[in-house]
Amino acid sequence: MRNWILHLGTLALVAVLLVTLPPYHATNLARILVLVVFAIGYNLAFGYTGLLSLGHALFFAAGVYGAALPVTYLGLPQLPALIAGLAAGGVMAALVGLLALRTAGVSFMIVTLMFAQAGYLTLLYFNPVTGGDEGLVLPDAATLLPGLSADAARATIAFALFATALIAALVIVQSRLGRTMVAMRENEERSRMLGYNPFAVKLAALALSGLFSGAAGAAYALLFGYAGASFATIQYSILPMLWVLMGGAGTVLGPLIGTAAMFYLVDIAGSYTTATLLFVGVALVLLILFAPKGILGTIRERWLTWLP
Amino acid sequence: MTNLITPTRRTLLKGMGAGLLASAALPGHVFGQAAPIKLGFQLHRTGIGAAYGRWYERTAQAALKVVNDAGGINGRPVEIVFEDDATDPKRGAEVVEKLASQAGCDLIFGPLFSHVVIGSAPRAGELKIPYLVCSEGYHVASGMLNRWTMQPGITDVRAQVSSMAPWVTQNLGKKVTMVYPDYAFGYDHRDFFTEAVKAQGGEVIAQIAIPPTETTFTRYLPQIPTETEVLYHVMVGPAVLTFVKELGDFYGSGARPQIFGFIDSLEAVDTASPGLEFLEGTHFWEAHNRVKQADASEAETFYRAAVGVDDNGASVSDAADVATYSHMFSVWETLSVIKKGMEAAGYQGPADRQKFVEAVEAMTTFDAGQDHPQGDKVFNGKTHQVFGHQFISKVEGGKLMRVHQTAIEDGQYADAVDYSTQSF
Repeated sequence: MRNWILHLGTLALVAVLLVTLPPYHATNLARILVLVVFAIGYNLAFGYTGLLSLGHALFFAAGVYGAALPVTYLGLPQLPALIAGLAAGGVMAALVGLLALRTAGVSFMIVTLMFAQAGYLTLLYFNPVTGGDEGLVLPDAATLLPGLSADAARATIAFALFATALIAALVIVQSRLGRTMVAMRENEERSRMLGYNPFAVKLAALALSGLFSGAAGAAYALLFGYAGASFATIQYSILPMLWVLMGGAGTVLGPLIGTAAMFYLVDIAGSYTTATLLFVGVALVLLILFAPKGILGTIRERWLTWLP
Repeated sequence: MTNLITPTRRTLLKGMGAGLLASAALPGHVFGQAAPIKLGFQLHRTGIGAAYGRWYERTAQAALKVVNDAGGINGRPVEIVFEDDATDPKRGAEVVEKLASQAGCDLIFGPLFSHVVIGSAPRAGELKIPYLVCSEGYHVASGMLNRWTMQPGITDVRAQVSSMAPWVTQNLGKKVTMVYPDYAFGYDHRDFFTEAVKAQGGEVIAQIAIPPTETTFTRYLPQIPTETEVLYHVMVGPAVLTFVKELGDFYGSGARPQIFGFIDSLEAVDTASPGLEFLEGTHFWEAHNRVKQADASEAETFYRAAVGVDDNGASVSDAADVATYSHMFSVWETLSVIKKGMEAAGYQGPADRQKFVEAVEAMTTFDAGQDHPQGDKVFNGKTHQVFGHQFISKVEGGKLMRVHQTAIEDGQYADAVDYSTQSF
C-alpha cells in the first residue's frame, strides 16, 4: 500500500511540476521524463537482473529509427509510430539477447558493446535512408495531439509514457518474474538449482528492458523532432548506466532521481565551466565512495528498507 | 588590518553587502539606459567541434566589440550569451531552449556542425526564434529545416564544391579520384562534385569512402587508379595528418597525381607542420585566405586585426594556435546581417522576431567591406542561403597562396525550396 502511495504521489508531484514550472524547466522536465523511461528500462536489466549491458544505445536507437523511418517514408502518424519504436526496441533487445546471453560478466559487456557499435555503423552505412550522422528532421511536435500546442502535447505524452513506465516497472519488480530477476542477479547457480531457467529469465528481462528503451527512443525522436545516428553512439549506452547508478540501481524511483540530478548537474555546471564531464566524474566518485548504492539505494539501506 | 586577515562575521557581512551593491550598480554604468539586445550563441566549446568553437567565440567577441563601439543596434547595446552544446545534437536542442526560454535571447546564431544544426533547428522553429547558422551545410537550402533557420554568413557546401569543378578540370586534370569520409558530410562532396565535374566534361573515375572509424589509410591508397590525374581529398578530423603522411609514403618521390583538397581537414592545423611536407605544391579550397595575400583589402586587414589573427593565419598571441579562418568569418558576417536585419525591421523585442526574419529574407546582396570582409555576396531569401566567392590556393613554402577566385555564379544552383511562402 505505502508503495503505491509513494509512487502515485511521485506521479502527482511530477504532473504538478510539469504544469507549474517556468517554460524552460518544464520542457527540460519533459526531456528528463522520456530519458527516465530509458533509465527505467536499463535498470530492469542492470539493477534488477544484474545484466551489465554496454549496448543499450542500440535499443534506444532502434526506438528512434523504428519510429522515425515509418513516419518519414510511410507517412505513419506519430502515435502509432511510437508503438512501432517500442516494438523495434523490444525485438532488437530480444535478438541481441539470444546471442549475447550466451556470455556473462565482462564478455556480456563486450558483446553488447559490439552489437551497439555495429548498429551505429549500420545507421551510418545506410545514410541515404537514415540520414546517417546528420540525421532526419521529423514533423513538428504541434501535430502530435490535435488541439494541443507543441509544448502541451510534449508534456502530456512524456508524462503519460513516464507514468506507464513507472507503474509497469513497479508491477514487474513486485511480480514473480521480478523476484526471479533479482534471484538471477543474486545467485544464478542457486536459481538454476531451484529449477529456474536463467537464460529465459534474463532474456525476458532484456527484452522488457529493450521495450522501455525503444519507447524512450521513439518518444525522444517524435517529441523533439530529430532522429540521428548520434543516438546510437556509446555515449547513450553509458548515460543510462550513470543515471541508474546515481539514482540507485535496483530501485524503482532511482532512475527518475538519477536522470534529473545528472541533467541539472550538466546544465548548471555548463554555465560555469566547459569541464562539465569533470563534475559528472567527481559526482560519481563521491557517490562510489560515500553512497555506492546510489541516492535512493542508500536511503533504502539506511532508512526506508521497504522501498521496491 | 587584523580585521582583514581574520574578519569577524560583521565585517564579512558588510563586505558581502558592499560587493552585492557594487555588482548590482555596475551594469547600469556600463550599459547606459537602454536594455541590451541579447544574442544567444550556440557554441561548440567542447566536443569534436572545439577547435572551431574556440575561434568562433573569439570572432563573435571581436564582432560584438565593433558593433557596440559603433553604437550597438537600434541605439541599444548588444550582448552575447554563449552556451556550450558539446557539438552534440541532443544537447544542441537543449541549448536552443536554454538561450531562448531561460536567458531570454532575442535570437540565436553560431552553430557549425551539420548534425547539431539539424538536431537543434526544429526546436528553434517551434520556439519561433530566429536561428542563424554558420554551418556551410546544404541542409538549409535543401529545404530540410524551417522558416526560422537561415544561413546568411557562409556559402553552403554544395555551392563550394560545385564552384571548384571548372578550375580543377581545366587546370589540374579531368580524371578525378575522390577520397572522402563515409558519412553525410563526405556524401555532399561525392554527389555534388561528381555532378559538377561531369558538367565540365571531366569524370570521377573512383570514389573511395573511408569509414569514420579508420585511423590508417594504407589499405585504401592502392585503390586509387593509376590513370588518376587529380586526387580530391576531404577528411575532417585528426586523421588528416596520418592520411597525408601515408599518402606521401605511398607515392614516395615518384610521380603523383595533382592533389586537390578541402581546407576543412586542415582548419586549425599549421600547413607547415612536420609530416605535412607532402602537401607542398598541392591545391586547396579556401573560403577565406588564411595567409594574408598581397592584395588584401582594407576590410580584410581590419578584420584580421580585430579577431587577433596574424599574417600567417595564427593567433597573434600564439603562433601555434592556427585559426579556422575559412569558416569563422561567417560569425562576423552573420552578426553584420543581424544588425542590418534588426535595423530594417525596427526590432524592439521578441514580438518583432517575425519582422526580423522577413527583413533578412528581403535582402539580396551584401557589399564587400568591413561588414563582409570575406567579399561580396548574393543572398537568396527563398532558400535562406548566401552565396559568395571561393578561393583556390596552392601550398608554396608551407603557405597557402591564392591562385584562383571563383565567380559567385559558379556555385549557384536552382532553388529547392521557398521558405518565404511557409507559415511562421
